[in-house]
This record gives sequence, C-alpha cells and structure tokens, in this order.
Amino acid sequence: MSILTNPQLWAGTLSLATPLALPAIGGTFSERTGVVNIAMEGIMLIGAFFAVSFSYWTGSPWLGLLAAMAAGALIAWIFAWAAIRLASNQVVLGMAVNIFGAGITAFLLNTIFGYNGTPPSTASLPTITIPAIKSIPVLGWFFYQQNVLVYLMLVLVMASHWLLFHTRLGLRMRAVGENPLAADTLGLNVWRLRYTGVIIGGVLSAIGGAYLSIGILNSFDVNMTDGRGYIALAAMIFGKWTPFGSLGAALLFGFASSLSTALQGNAIPTDLIAMLPYALTVLALAGVIGKSVAPAADGIPYKLDR
Amino acid sequence: MGDFLSVTELTKAFPGVLANDHINLTLHRGEVHAILGENGAGKSTLMKLIYGLYEPDSGEILLEGNPVHFHSPRDAIHAGIGMVHQHFMLIPALTVADNVVLGDEPGHIRYDRKQAEEKVRSLSNQYKLTVDATAKVGDLSVGLQQRVEILKAFYRKAKLLILDEPTALLTPQETEELFSIIRHLRDEGIPILFISHKLDEVRAVANRVTVMRAGKTVATLSVAGTTSQQLANLMVGRDVVLRIEKQPQQRGSVLLDIRNLEVQDKDKHPRVRGVSFQVHAGEVFGLAGIDGNGQFELVDAIAGLLNVFRGSVWFDGQNITRLSPGARTATGIAYVPQDRQVEGLVLNFDLVENLMLRDFRRRPFSRNGWLSRQAAVKYANDLIQRFDIRPPDALRKAADLSGGNQQKVILAREVARDPKLLIVAQPTRGLDVGAIEGIHRQLLHLRDLGKAILLVSLELDEIMSLSDRIGVIHSGVLQDIVDAKTVTREKIGLLMTGSRSDEGARILSSDIQEVRKP
Repeated sequence: MSILTNPQLWAGTLSLATPLALPAIGGTFSERTGVVNIAMEGIMLIGAFFAVSFSYWTGSPWLGLLAAMAAGALIAWIFAWAAIRLASNQVVLGMAVNIFGAGITAFLLNTIFGYNGTPPSTASLPTITIPAIKSIPVLGWFFYQQNVLVYLMLVLVMASHWLLFHTRLGLRMRAVGENPLAADTLGLNVWRLRYTGVIIGGVLSAIGGAYLSIGILNSFDVNMTDGRGYIALAAMIFGKWTPFGSLGAALLFGFASSLSTALQGNAIPTDLIAMLPYALTVLALAGVIGKSVAPAADGIPYKLDR
Repeated sequence: MGDFLSVTELTKAFPGVLANDHINLTLHRGEVHAILGENGAGKSTLMKLIYGLYEPDSGEILLEGNPVHFHSPRDAIHAGIGMVHQHFMLIPALTVADNVVLGDEPGHIRYDRKQAEEKVRSLSNQYKLTVDATAKVGDLSVGLQQRVEILKAFYRKAKLLILDEPTALLTPQETEELFSIIRHLRDEGIPILFISHKLDEVRAVANRVTVMRAGKTVATLSVAGTTSQQLANLMVGRDVVLRIEKQPQQRGSVLLDIRNLEVQDKDKHPRVRGVSFQVHAGEVFGLAGIDGNGQFELVDAIAGLLNVFRGSVWFDGQNITRLSPGARTATGIAYVPQDRQVEGLVLNFDLVENLMLRDFRRRPFSRNGWLSRQAAVKYANDLIQRFDIRPPDALRKAADLSGGNQQKVILAREVARDPKLLIVAQPTRGLDVGAIEGIHRQLLHLRDLGKAILLVSLELDEIMSLSDRIGVIHSGVLQDIVDAKTVTREKIGLLMTGSRSDEGARILSSDIQEVRKP
C-alpha cells in the first residue's frame, strides 16, 4: 500500500483533524457542565469570519485570532444566558445559533467586503516545521508544514484534560454536569460553573473556525465550515466526552477525509470513504464500540427555587 | 442548658397549609432523638427549617444556646449541621473521595486527589464508617452510599446529624449496620435527629421521640417504656390496628403455576433464572427480596409486560406464556404495578378515564368506536363510593389525589373486574400508617373471598404480616419458599442476601446479635 507511506496523507489527517478536535473539546466543556451544545457549527462560522476580518483590518493574524476568540465567547455567553438563565430548550437554541451564524456571516461578508469577498492580501497565521520532529520517521510526516494552530490545538488538548480531571474547577464543573442539586447543596454556584463551561467551549469552537479561515486559507467563504461543527459533535460523543477521546475521534475522521482525497482517481469510490465518519458515529451511538455515556444532567436546565 | 439544639414555637405556613404550627423540640448532647409522624405531618418542613432550606415565619432556633438564622443550607452546614437526605445527594460518576470533598477540595488550582483520599480514610477510621475512598459511588450499595453521605457531613465538621428516613432504601442487614453506626456516633457525643415513620426503628435506635401530627408536636416521650401501639395511636390520632388479624386460611386449588421461568431484560441480561412456584386460590403469596433481584421482572413477565425467555406460565389450567397482556387480563389476572404514578395511572386523565382504562373498548363504555362518557362517569362514581376514594370527585385528575387515594383508584379499577388472581407490587410504598391499614384490609378481604394474591414488596414487615407463604428471591433465583407463620425475620433477611446454608446463617445471625447490643 504505497498510499499509506504518502506523507501528505498523514499531514492531511492531522490538518483535517484540527478543526474537528477544537470544537469537539469545546462541546465537551459545555456538556460536562450539563449544557447540551450543538452550536459549534455556528460559533465556528462566526469565529472564522471575525478572524479574517480583524486580520485584514489590523494586518495581524494574531489579533484576528483574538477577535475570533472574543466573538466566540460573546456568542457562547448569549447562548449560555438563554440556556441557563432562561432554561430554554438547548437543542433548539443550538440550532438557532447555527442558523444565526450562517446568516450573519453571509450578510456581513457581503455588506463589508462586497461581491469579491475577503481581500487576497489578508495575512494568515504562519506554518511551522520543527526540524527535530521533521526527521523522525512517521511523526515527521504528521507534522510536515503544519499551521501554528495545529500545535496550539495539541497543547489545548492536554491543557483541557488537565483542567477537567486534575483541577478543583474541573471537578466542580463535572459535578455540576452530573448532579447540580447535589452540587448546589454543597455550596457550588451551578450557574456560574455552567457559564464557564459554555464560554470555554465557545472560545475553543471559534479557534477551530479561525483555523479554517486564517490557518489553512486566508479568506472567508459563505458556510465554509461545511458541517464540521456537526462532525465535531460526533467526535465529542465518539470520544466519550473527554479531550483525548475527542482528539482520537477527530484524527480518525480526519484520516477518513484525508484518505478520500488521496484515493481520488483510484478504483474505490471516495464518497464511500467520506461516509466513514458518519457510519462510525452511528456505530458509536449504537454502543458497538464501547458505551458512550453522556453526563447525567446533560441538557437539563437547573432552576433555583430560592 | 445542656441542650444542643432547641426549637421554640417555630411556625411555617404555606398557602393553604400551616405546615409547622408552634413546634417545640429540644435535642440533648449524646442522644438519638426521633421525629415520628405520618407523611404530611410536617417532619420534612421542620427539618428544612433547621437546615436552612426554608426560613421560619416565627419562632426561634437555638444552637448551643445562641439564636441562629439560616438563609441557605450553606449557613446551616457552616454552623455545624449535617443532613443526610432521604434521596442521596451524591454524584454516581465520581469517586467516594471526590463526593466527600466536593465544594471544599484540598489543593489550590490543582485538585489534590491524594490528600482528599487520605482525609476520607482518616474520617472513616475515626467514625467507623468503612468505605473505599477510591471506589466510584455508582458502584456502591445503597448502604455504603449512605455512609458516604454521613462522611460528607463530618468532613464539613458537623456537630449534629439529621437523618431523614434513612432506612427507606436499606435491607434489614444494612439497617442493623446503620443502627450500630448511629449508636457509635451517639456514644461519641454527636446528637442525632432521626426522622422516621417506622415505629420499630424508632424504638430500636432512639432515646427520645417527638411525635408530630398535622403540623404540631403532639408529645415528646422517652422511648423506654413506650409501646409501638402507643406511638402509633399518637401519630395517627386514633386507635390503629398495626397488625391485622388474619382469618384462618381457606386454601383452594392451584391458580397460578410458574414453571422454570427465565426472563431477560432489554440488554439480554438474565434477571429471573429458573423460578418455579404455585399460587393457590385463597392465599397471599409474598415475594420478598432486595430491590433489583428480579422480583419486578418476574411479575412483569407474569402480567405479560416482559417476554418469557424460557419456561412457562400457567393460569387456571391454561398455558398463557404467549398471551398478550390484554388477553391475560381477560382470563382473570389483575395487576397493580409498582410505580402507581408512571405505570398505574395516567396522571393527566381524570378519574373517569383512569377507572375505565382497562375496559374502554367494551360496552357499555364504548359502542362502535364511540366512547360513552355517561356510562363511564356512572361507573366511576360507583367505584369512588365503594372504595372510599377522596375527594369523591370523578372529574378530578389523578395527579390531584394523595398517594393513598391514587393507590385506591388503581385497586378499585383492578378489583372491580372481579379477577381470580391479583398481582400487587409495592402496594403501600410511601403511604401513611392509616392508608396502609386500609390497603392491607382490602387485600386480606380479597384473600378471604378466595382470590389468589401475589404480593411483591420491599417492606419485609408487609410481606410477613400479609402472606401465607413467602418466596424469597435473590439475583433472580428463588432461594426458598417458607411458611409465614413460622419463619423469622432473620431467616428471610439471610435468604434475601443469598446465603442459603445453615452454616452461613449461624455466623451471620451471631453478627446481627452483636450489632444489636445497645
């Protein structure tokens, strides 16, 4: 199988996994605190748009990234307010954010940048090849000319794992997602912990969006996330609501996409391979590959009766 | 004053009810003080006032002589009040240590799990509350989960422990263990408030008892020298019959014949394994067992709600193993399921609709697919009168009735069809002493009429006082069938835990006597 020794296949896998892993971990943060989050698609789009815009206006892609994170936090905060404070249906809200994200970014693109879209002169984030890794056999293929956000993503995976499972804040966030009433009687602030989870989730999703617009490219297209927010949702579930699990699932899905690109022109229909992530998700949800159990209070608003 | 806690003239009103009416209560150091009362007597309201979940309208709470005003449970916890709720406030997905320290974890940003486990271990040694600090709470038995709750209180430096109906979910053995823990804590000088509606338990563990009825404190007595009957009368406010005298049994022919039955749950796990027994006309056959040992799957299979995997069910000489639930009803089987609000009633339907639920397809309730409301209302009013359902209003929704009356509605619906066999699961769960008495009388009356009754209950007392024969089930296996007249509680308790040999019985029963010493 010469195709498996093709470095581009592996570099593509990691590159395509990045915009899945980031929102998947974002969703994990939100759902671990008990707020069902299917709004990653919309938040990614908003992140992607603001990243490009601010990169163009300021000339600095780093400021673009910051703007994306701020926009992601803002939209997540509004989502959280409606989901937590108003106890609205979280799935309906998530869909609303997705539709809003698609609409507002298309509208702003046209209004601000006009028919031609974002200017080609927009700066994008740098790609890095670390010489020490480059010469290592297989690992070198993975990390060949990756964007800086790919490395950031890997750092964030580890940081997220540490935060969720090894800090006091993480313990409290998980407690609130499992049994908010118990947490409340122990003096934890259920609402504030849930806001924290949702907003961290929004920031991570927005970074995922920024990776598409100023990481791989330097432009924004209408609906450029192309359903990645939903695949991230699948990766989150497939990864059993853990950062490393999400990364693993994202890599698997990234590999499937990369493989379908690499196999173009071969005998195997690429559409079949592109189908793989979705088929795997259905299998995961059906409990074939170990049981994936959501946090117990996921999706249930907590009302204070005091 | 040597009083640790004293409550004077405490009053709390809710719209339409005076839940606590000038309550007085004192709790000494080193005593177990029981609060005894029926459901709705105001016990929970009183506890919530003491624990800061409600604020009183008037009256005073003194803790160690100083007046306290709690605005939330946090204030109460801070003042040294620990409470173990009837429904545990635990997080099953986390470990014992995580649960105990949550909200006040060791460490700064990083959570110091090692130190948390160490603290839990030393607490559990200090208070003799043995439990594995690293175990996941969801994997523990109910009795152990309760210990985690008690540890939580002591981790927060509780000086007073409130136990709200702590034995509701425990097995007899676990109850004994809890009582020995309570006695140990009492001897350590920790005052304990023990909320209960079970007379025997109050007598077994408490030093003093305060009886509540209809929002008032009726009496505070020393437990030594009171009888269960006295306490029951105080609690209900009239003379109650605790153990109904049974008529001599007129046992008839075999009606229900279960042969080597095997049942699986929806995940294909075997829940009932090779169970065989018979129920005769004119007898109450009690099925005892700890929750989750297959008893409810067994009766669901007999009622036709679960598929039989292997074996057969014979009723009145007919093999009904493959009949639908509806067809079984037609052969003369009636079923009172364990969860009256979910399986027994449609809470949003009125009593008319609920009472005709089994028969709405038939005349006179429907004709050619059209319902006849008139006939149904007449039928409902008739049953409401016969079974003394209150309030006597057929147009009320089932949700508006008290638990006891909801149960009467289900019994009325099932019994009015004149079945030959009545299957009842947990018929008195959560009901008052008075309501329980009524249901028990009704069941024994049916037995004396020659009906066969299959009773499943987690309350051992209920099984022992009603049954003629008792089958004990453990992990889906029928351990033994014993005569209710001669068997002891201990014997059934042991069978419930699956130990069948006399050797095991001897060792365990000496253990029980050990912990029984006051």
